[in-house]
Amino acid sequence: MSDPLLQVSGLGVRFPARRRRFGAAPQWLTALDDVHLEIEAGRSLGVVGESGCGKSTLARAILALVDPHAGEIRWRGAAVRRSDPAGLRRMRRELQVVFQDPFGSLDPRMSIGESVAEALDALEGLTESAAVRARVAAVLEEVGLDRSLARRYPHELSGGQCQRAAIARATVVRPRLLICDEAVSALDVSVQAQIVNLLSALSARHGMALMFISHNLAVVRHLCDEVLVLYLGHVVERGPRESVFSTPRHPYTRALLAAVPEPDPASAPATEPIDVVPGRAGAAPPDRGCVFQSRCPRADALCASQSPALVEAGPAHVTACHHWQAPEAWPVGPR
Amino acid sequence: MTAAPLLSIRDLSVDFVTPRGRVQAVREASLDVAAGECLAVVGESGSGKSQLFLACLGLLAARGTTRGSACFRGQELLGASPAALNTVRGTRIAMVFQDPMNALTPHLSIGRQLGEVLLDRGLASPQQAHERSLAALQGVGLADAEARLRQYPHELSGGQRQRVAIAMALMTRPELLIADEPTTALDVTVQAQVLQVLRRARRDGLAMVLITHDLGVVAGIADRVAIMYAGRIVEIAPVRELFAAPAHPYAAALLEAVPRLSEASVGRLRSIEGQPPAPGEIVQGCAFAPRCPDVTAICRREAPALRPGATRAVACHVPRIRPEPDS
Amino acid sequence: MSEGGLWSEAARRLRTNRAAVVAGGVLVLLVLASLLAPLASRHAIDQVDWTLSPLASPPSLANGHWFGTDSNGRDLFVRVWSGTQVSLLVAVLATLVSLAIGVAWGATAGYLGGRVDDWMMRFVDVLYALPYMFFVIILTVVFGRSLWLIFLAIGAVGWLTMARIVRGQAMALRQREFVAAAITLGLPAHRIIARHIVPNVLGTVVVYATLTVPQVILFESFLSFLGLGVQEPLTSLGRLVAEGALEMETAPWQLLVPSAVLALLLLCLNFLGDGLRDALDPRTD
Repeated sequence: MSDPLLQVSGLGVRFPARRRRFGAAPQWLTALDDVHLEIEAGRSLGVVGESGCGKSTLARAILALVDPHAGEIRWRGAAVRRSDPAGLRRMRRELQVVFQDPFGSLDPRMSIGESVAEALDALEGLTESAAVRARVAAVLEEVGLDRSLARRYPHELSGGQCQRAAIARATVVRPRLLICDEAVSALDVSVQAQIVNLLSALSARHGMALMFISHNLAVVRHLCDEVLVLYLGHVVERGPRESVFSTPRHPYTRALLAAVPEPDPASAPATEPIDVVPGRAGAAPPDRGCVFQSRCPRADALCASQSPALVEAGPAHVTACHHWQAPEAWPVGPR
Repeated sequence: MTAAPLLSIRDLSVDFVTPRGRVQAVREASLDVAAGECLAVVGESGSGKSQLFLACLGLLAARGTTRGSACFRGQELLGASPAALNTVRGTRIAMVFQDPMNALTPHLSIGRQLGEVLLDRGLASPQQAHERSLAALQGVGLADAEARLRQYPHELSGGQRQRVAIAMALMTRPELLIADEPTTALDVTVQAQVLQVLRRARRDGLAMVLITHDLGVVAGIADRVAIMYAGRIVEIAPVRELFAAPAHPYAAALLEAVPRLSEASVGRLRSIEGQPPAPGEIVQGCAFAPRCPDVTAICRREAPALRPGATRAVACHVPRIRPEPDS
Repeated sequence: MSEGGLWSEAARRLRTNRAAVVAGGVLVLLVLASLLAPLASRHAIDQVDWTLSPLASPPSLANGHWFGTDSNGRDLFVRVWSGTQVSLLVAVLATLVSLAIGVAWGATAGYLGGRVDDWMMRFVDVLYALPYMFFVIILTVVFGRSLWLIFLAIGAVGWLTMARIVRGQAMALRQREFVAAAITLGLPAHRIIARHIVPNVLGTVVVYATLTVPQVILFESFLSFLGLGVQEPLTSLGRLVAEGALEMETAPWQLLVPSAVLALLLLCLNFLGDGLRDALDPRTD
């Protein structure tokens, strides 16, 4: 059994909080706490959560754009550290990213052909030549863009086209894992579907693994084999897609699923729905106990005093809840 | 439609003059909003859905011109003087935007801003304004209303700010609320709370126009849906009819392209090939023709008009369902 | 690297700004005049016309001194245009120097951030605090009044503001996703600064440069006014203005003519700079 492509263990990332009194000890804002995950070759993992859950920080930590203060990240068995440029270079050839803002992720002063060629230059050391131009043209066509668009600039293209260009840049070097950080969130619905299909096709064709970060649960259900749910920097549930979506074992996951409005008037609540998850995401995590206790209707003394560990609730399905086995208190059922 | 509609839009067109020439944002749009009903206006970027209602309220950017008519309870809004519009804007028609920070002044407290809505127009005494502000905040489900009145916008989260913006809009007890993508920027759990607030507001007879691209939100709150594409209204139908059997090919394709949570769907999402025409593009015939699976020769020549029927209206030469004629 | 897209877009926008186009045209004429007039005239800049009495004579077409002469009988027409040449030369070279140093310094500080940024910008702050005028005076006293020294001194101080402006822009750019994308491509910092940061600040830099040139001309004029500017026989607009001011009551043309040319030059540069700023700002509709 070969190593998983990506192994994250005990990852912790924190940032200094804004205000610092001169001479006082630094205050920290914990973005991620004790995060474990693994991605095998060719598989896709969906990372879901709302604002403040740390999913973008997770992507940045894996890409070595920020330094974790705890835990480690292993790429194909080798530890990833920002202090090791050679190791980072090896990793970057195989691990690429597509960001949320299609216009923002491309340099406005470079044509998209130049942006894609830059990837070849930086990661494979290939300088401008006919061979490079051919590869650029080929990858543009692979993502559904006409090769004549290579000379165009981002502001001349639509959001969908720019995102395709960003995907072309990320996949021209045939990475083993592609991280998509809210890659379809800024796109129209019809274009979203095109890009999701494209990612799925590229993944299947090249055996490329995907880490799909999104707040859109429906897209994640469509695209990913496995799902990981983050809340305030903690992993609250993780498991195979069907298992998590049909039998969610954490109150937050259940709340998330219940809150998603389905495009089907027949299933819309005829009566007034119960207040779904009072309070708001993004509040500061509590000092002790379960990170979700302030919003959980079933939180009790145990939840307040002891932070739940990830326990197995099904085959390859883990959850961080003390009461996952108890019958659900909410009438809101799983989907 | 037995009673006279609250808002009646007829052949409204919005043009912008840009250095690159004339851009038509909205083309001859016609629709009605009845008292107490919730009409969802759905479209993607470039559909003109926001511009349509900004034009009605006289909020277009400087280089925009309008043609056609928009009547609110018999009063013509298009081309009306700012003074005439102000008797309607903010009092009888209120608007909520995507980014609540557009509605809230950063340096004034929440209580002050809520109170100003009434005090500026001389609609209440300071004491009454305070009481109604409290009630408004409680009405949108914000706990600890008294304390909230003293807070400033930056101290609240996005969802809370949006609820304050809605409270502000409802202070004057308007007859119509126009909400432009009110929950797009919010987390899904917060979105559920805000939608609940909007549903509750409707119980008191408030009519609502909900502009959105999210079909899930539409299904949960709208009575009727208008779908816009490239500046035109292509279909108007009651919500259940639309979701069960969309008549316009674009509406049908849109419904198929939305990934649903309830289906364990694997395989390709049904996407729509190509992309909508760019804002300035001159289109010959139906704007959706290049992408339409049902396209025929006449579609490329002639733009279809919106044909009203008994319950729904469709602008298509080859609709999947022909609207029954109005008897 | 072809920069077609955004620059041609900006050029098109600039063409629609009438004031900027006219200003640009007049500027070109002034530059041409400054280059060609001294060659075309039959007077040299330090040639005294002994036929005139008094030596300082007002502008007249008859005696061939179209702008008149100065108190030493030298033809003002030639002197004004070659003075314009010198003023422009000093201004452009000084601006280029401050641009080169300022952009490199500011882009590096803004992109790297942290301690490096702190130290680099504290250095700028310290230099800012130095009494600039005394600094230039001491330099000229020690090294003599050479043309090269003038523009080096001006450029060496002018880069400070440029660095601050570029640093602010670089800091904003650092947050943009295309920079994150460049980092994940494994590009080293110097390449990111050269390829992604600098080209994206050029818009601001170009605008600021066109607005700096008038400032430099004024400053050079001020130095000349103090007697520290260019040496004889070279002259500059500033020197001419200084000399003319002394004769204001008896020979007003000696002040008016160089002042008018100076004012026209500055006006054109400012209009052009304004137009460039509007043209390069992508936010217009």
